[in-house]
Amino acid sequence: MITKYLFYFFSIVAIFASVMVLMSRKPIHRVLYLTLAFLALAGHFILLNAQFIAIVNVIVYAGAIMVLFLFTVMLLNLNVAMEHKKSNLIQITAIITAGLLFLTITGASKKLDLVYNEEQVVTQIGLVKNLGKILFSDFRLPFEVSGILFLSAMVGAVMLGKKTGD
Amino acid sequence: MQNITGTLPIIPIQHYVLFCTLMFVIGVAGVLIKRNALVIFMSIEIMLNSINLLLVAFSVYHNDPAGQIFVFFVMIVAAAEVAVGLALVVMVYRHTHSIDIDFLNKLKW
Repeated sequence: MITKYLFYFFSIVAIFASVMVLMSRKPIHRVLYLTLAFLALAGHFILLNAQFIAIVNVIVYAGAIMVLFLFTVMLLNLNVAMEHKKSNLIQITAIITAGLLFLTITGASKKLDLVYNEEQVVTQIGLVKNLGKILFSDFRLPFEVSGILFLSAMVGAVMLGKKTGD
Repeated sequence: MQNITGTLPIIPIQHYVLFCTLMFVIGVAGVLIKRNALVIFMSIEIMLNSINLLLVAFSVYHNDPAGQIFVFFVMIVAAAEVAVGLALVVMVYRHTHSIDIDFLNKLKW
């Protein structure tokens, strides 16, 4: 029973935080609201008993990526609300477009046959042990390739961040 | 520890679909409305995370671990993307003293 209430609580927190990312004035507040949204999603993962993904979400997203965003905001000294808005026409069009996308996806998902076997659902697949076994047996090659991707991303970031022209 | 939340199928998976769609649409609206490059990046992160939640939900309800492995790789690619993207933002700021993407229209036409 408490799972249900926690689900709605985390959902409301996540949606509120992601709306506030778009609505608030200061860039620092936006980054902190985004962190709140990620923590709410980590709560969702724990409700689904996906413990590995929940921990990785907290470490990678709420930890590393948000620190990168905060550093960028501070390095560029963006904590003054200097923002030129798009024209009202474009804003209204964008919101209507997004609403139509929402209606389309929900309308389409009403027709979906989302069957699942209820006895199957209580599983242990989200534990670190089980996911680690699969990650290092069936998905060895993608795992190694993602290491190379990280190396190239790091080289690219250093190249772009270097001062050029002197 | 093995099973924190007891039995799961109290929440129908349609609720997950609805919630993830709503969050994804918020991200889409952010990308369309804002001109600040950092906010556009944050909206992209919101979209990626909502899709991650949907993948995990389907993976758990269908008892298939491949969905959660896929979420792990999505997170890896998102981290790499943010590292390069923020370096690009810093470089753009150094050249134009602004992170307004509407100034970057040299290749538009």
